[in-house]
Amino acid sequence: MMKYTQRKIKNNFMKFLLFFLTLFAVIPLAIIFFHVIRSGFGALNYSFLTSLPAPIGQPGGGIANALIGSFTMIALASLISIPVGIFGGTFLSEYPQGKLSSSFSFVVDLMTSIPSIVIGLYIYAMIVVPMKGFSAYAGALALALLMFPIVVKSTEEILKLLPQNIREAGLALGIPRWRVILSIVLKGSIPSLTTGVLLSIARISGETAPLLLTAFGNQYWADGLNQPTASLTVQIYNYAISPYQEWHQQAWAGAFILLMTVFIFNLIARGILVKSQKDSR
Amino acid sequence: MNTNKILTIDQLSAGFGQAEIVKKISMAISTHEIAALIGPSGCGKSTFLRCLNRLHEENSEAWVNGEVKLEGKNIYQEGIDPVHVRSQIGMVFQKPNPFPSMSIFENVAAGLTIRGIKKRAYVSQVVEKSLRQAALWDEVKDKLKSPGTSLSGGQQQRLCIARALAINPPVILMDEPTSALDPISTSKIEELLLQLKKEVTIVIVTHNMQQAARISDQTSFFLMGELIETNNTKQFFTNPDDIRSENYISGRFG
Repeated sequence: MMKYTQRKIKNNFMKFLLFFLTLFAVIPLAIIFFHVIRSGFGALNYSFLTSLPAPIGQPGGGIANALIGSFTMIALASLISIPVGIFGGTFLSEYPQGKLSSSFSFVVDLMTSIPSIVIGLYIYAMIVVPMKGFSAYAGALALALLMFPIVVKSTEEILKLLPQNIREAGLALGIPRWRVILSIVLKGSIPSLTTGVLLSIARISGETAPLLLTAFGNQYWADGLNQPTASLTVQIYNYAISPYQEWHQQAWAGAFILLMTVFIFNLIARGILVKSQKDSR
Repeated sequence: MNTNKILTIDQLSAGFGQAEIVKKISMAISTHEIAALIGPSGCGKSTFLRCLNRLHEENSEAWVNGEVKLEGKNIYQEGIDPVHVRSQIGMVFQKPNPFPSMSIFENVAAGLTIRGIKKRAYVSQVVEKSLRQAALWDEVKDKLKSPGTSLSGGQQQRLCIARALAINPPVILMDEPTSALDPISTSKIEELLLQLKKEVTIVIVTHNMQQAARISDQTSFFLMGELIETNNTKQFFTNPDDIRSENYISGRFG
């Protein structure tokens, strides 16, 4: 039998080891975070947010069109993927038996692992080429394809967490199954579903590769959704690969905005979840 | 045995796929009585109970044979909608399961509002009546808008009873309703059931033999999917007909 002090030392050692390894995993995140803030915050000012990119050689310039472009495409993608994804996830969770459900689940799993550049290429071939031009539509569609499987999977996982006997309680009240799913299962999961949706939006707002091949980018305001459209991520990319010091600065500032947006989305998502857990206690 | 029989079960068998869990059970349950179903774990009493409101068939590969008559009408007859059956035979589950993100009021009203009965005055009247019947009104009347899940376990279970009562079923099934509760909450619910039987017939599955002896009028003993004995509760616990019943209640197995 091991002595008490010996055991205590061992325990403390393991605790320290786990703490250290966790710290080790978090350090890169902290470094990135602080570096982006340090390099980006300086270049940030009001006109950066409200003006168009400046031509080469001219000082100033901003990301107004990229912000609006990103917002439009993410909103359009959400409009498609959130309802379709939630219904798809509901189907997987509530009707898991049968071939249809298992093959759908398999396809969604496959979709999750398709590299985003491949989705960009696919939309390029299917939409951009026939429409003879890059557009916000094509960009939104690429983002929607990326977002859809994430929403399906998160919805499925969230609904599966709801105990089976909640559904049975609904059925036992003489409520038809579809009403139980709609008014009890889905309604009861709104807070966690919102969290899942917000996280999926945060996830696609950082995508660059598929937008490069579909919305392409634009130095000016797009005339419509069928025109090449600027986006924050592509703008950051263009600035970053340029040889000019000032553009590098702007890339950092853009990165700062992007990082903050994603960060805030995550915080809100977390907040909703924590609040709903508190309410149900 | 000259009282009115509200439920008559005839040659009822049920199971999943190849497995037969409930084997050719026949019994009758009298109006305004509490019928207890007892037996060791896995004896089929819960499955049997779930056949009485056609909830069993919601599981995959579930099957049912035989007849269950509610007030003379076979609920398994072709063309009968199980959803309609369940609106006449309520159910309370082992674990209290108030609907998430719904207030106390909404929980009790759910059986009405979700099915489209929305007249506010009528709904609040039913909610109050049901909560009173479930002996919960005084404890929650000032916080009807708080979430149902904020109540204690025993209160949640009485909330679930109120929710079942709200649609005014003549029969309520209860699947070990107190097994997740502390002794005080349990005795409150037992008292409540004795009150309720004046208005509804109760079929209760219980693991607790003392509970069956305390509250029920009729006790049925299940073993390996078969019904060994149905008897007047007093008779069953003092002088059972079957030797296996006697062995079970005297603690020789199970």
